[in-house]
Amino acid sequence: MQAFLLRRLALTVPVLFVVSLIVFVLTNWLPGDAALARFGEEGIDQRRYDALVAEMGLDDPAPVRYVRWVADTVTGDFGVSTRNQQPVSELIATRFPVTLQLAVTSLLVSLVIAIPAGVISAMRPGSPVDKVVTVLAVAGVAMPSFWLAMLLILLFSLRLSWLPPSGWVYFTEDPLQALKLLIMPSLVLGTASAASLMRHLRSSLIEELRTSYVTVAQSKGLSNRRVVFRHAFKNAMIPVVTMIGLQIGNLLGGSVIVETMFGLPGLSRATVDAILSRDLPVLQATVLFAAVLVVVANLLTDVCYAALNPRIRYA
Amino acid sequence: MSAPELALPTAPSPDRPLMNAERKAVSLWRMSARAFFRTRLAPFGLALVIVAVLMAVLAPLVAPYDPNFGDFSTVLASPSWSHPLGTDELGRDILSRLLHGSTVSLQVGFGATMLTTFIGVVVGISTGYFGGWVDEVVMRFTDGMLAFPSLILALAIAAVFEPSITSILLAIAIVSFSTMARLARASTLMVREQEYIEAARASGASTPRLIVFHILPNCLSPVIVQFALLASYGILAEASLSFLGVGVRPPQASWGGMLQSGYQYLEIAPWLSIVPGLTIFLTVLGFNLVGDGLRAAFNPKIRGGA
Repeated sequence: MQAFLLRRLALTVPVLFVVSLIVFVLTNWLPGDAALARFGEEGIDQRRYDALVAEMGLDDPAPVRYVRWVADTVTGDFGVSTRNQQPVSELIATRFPVTLQLAVTSLLVSLVIAIPAGVISAMRPGSPVDKVVTVLAVAGVAMPSFWLAMLLILLFSLRLSWLPPSGWVYFTEDPLQALKLLIMPSLVLGTASAASLMRHLRSSLIEELRTSYVTVAQSKGLSNRRVVFRHAFKNAMIPVVTMIGLQIGNLLGGSVIVETMFGLPGLSRATVDAILSRDLPVLQATVLFAAVLVVVANLLTDVCYAALNPRIRYA
Repeated sequence: MSAPELALPTAPSPDRPLMNAERKAVSLWRMSARAFFRTRLAPFGLALVIVAVLMAVLAPLVAPYDPNFGDFSTVLASPSWSHPLGTDELGRDILSRLLHGSTVSLQVGFGATMLTTFIGVVVGISTGYFGGWVDEVVMRFTDGMLAFPSLILALAIAAVFEPSITSILLAIAIVSFSTMARLARASTLMVREQEYIEAARASGASTPRLIVFHILPNCLSPVIVQFALLASYGILAEASLSFLGVGVRPPQASWGGMLQSGYQYLEIAPWLSIVPGLTIFLTVLGFNLVGDGLRAAFNPKIRGGA
């Protein structure tokens, strides 16, 4: 296991390098002038502008700027927002918990939907229940999240007035209100991953139910329920665990839309704002942060997978 | 799983010489096409895709109004005989805008997918076939690209350019490239080791001939499945980008843009949001069903049964 861990860790280094390179090239490609943005409403004076460019190091060659940016980032210095001079690390510290909370509740929602649905349809493939679940899953994958969000807001906020349409409070401040505000966003974000998790669990469990150890368990006279939950389910979950890990990226991407629609002050919303206002330091840091999160999630997924499946560990 | 319906010709035996009629071969494509149409969902998906394509092609002919003409006497009108899907906040006919908007969605969806498929297949097959340091570099690049949440990456790329159809098309194509390239590479690695490739090489086929006539056709089925799924992703991504405000410029109709402007009137004119959203949903659903159907049709394990 240790050798596997080391090998897997070594693999993340080139990925992180490429990720940082992509972020750097992309953000430096963005039209707009960071020095000019600093001036804001004040008049532009060529001498002061040149001084600022030199001070910000914008006249250095790209490789020099890249190395400096990586060095700063690694030491935790993400720079300050060109829009409101807020330190970017502070922005991430306040924004990330919102996105994290949303991602966790969405993942919970998707598991709560996907596991029972997947098990029920795998136990009776081809039955009417299975057909209904499969059709719902197909629809769930195709459902545009912003449209689902609108339909939910229309029904639960505008027609029934059960839930507030948007806003944010921390769980620690007002748990009930926080829960009310999180229901619709988590449902929207959780639906797409629920659909794909369910489809994977279904096919993996069907496969598992065909194996000989399941036949043995059945011929010993164990009840269907016991065969599924005691024997097949655990093994069927192994590939699904990988899928859950892969959902992290989807959740982060999906949170862009959900945070925008439900007015959540999360990290993804900060990225969109940074793109729209050409706020380079914020954009670089938040995009890099999201990518690093995905890399770490993939790493953890692989480790979990290896821990669950000895065939991988010793390969 | 039942035995395949399209069984191979039975082996000839001495007392029963093989008849010509029995030997009639069924090509892989025909077998797959039959499997595709045997399911119920895949043809339904194909029908949805055809409707969307017809909408885009026929928009200028069948749209009852100019999509950008605002009639201020009928602002936010609910659906009626003169405006079957109602009008928006500027009095523009929703049906006409929806029809014209399909052009944008399909152009971006198909355009990005074709671009990414072409480049992805060329890169995937050549890196898979030749290997070496280029392969190493390209694969590390795709690793990095796949680490980004795709919508965030697409947003950032789209922001580099002026908002236009081309810029979102490029953004979506760049984001989808990695999946396609890796898929084509993986199939190439598998096909490369097959005996028929060795046979072709032994009979003197040149490398370009080997790649174009032997490797490429045998890599196509996963690529075709991915094509349908990427087209659905492209349409969804275009709508998302337009919705977030980096898509096509406002006067031009696009499904995502219609949703975005209609969203502000959700309470008083819900059809402004429901109609374009439903259209996006059905189109994406259509491509997904076609993709699923193709996957099943190309898979010999599934093709036989169900």
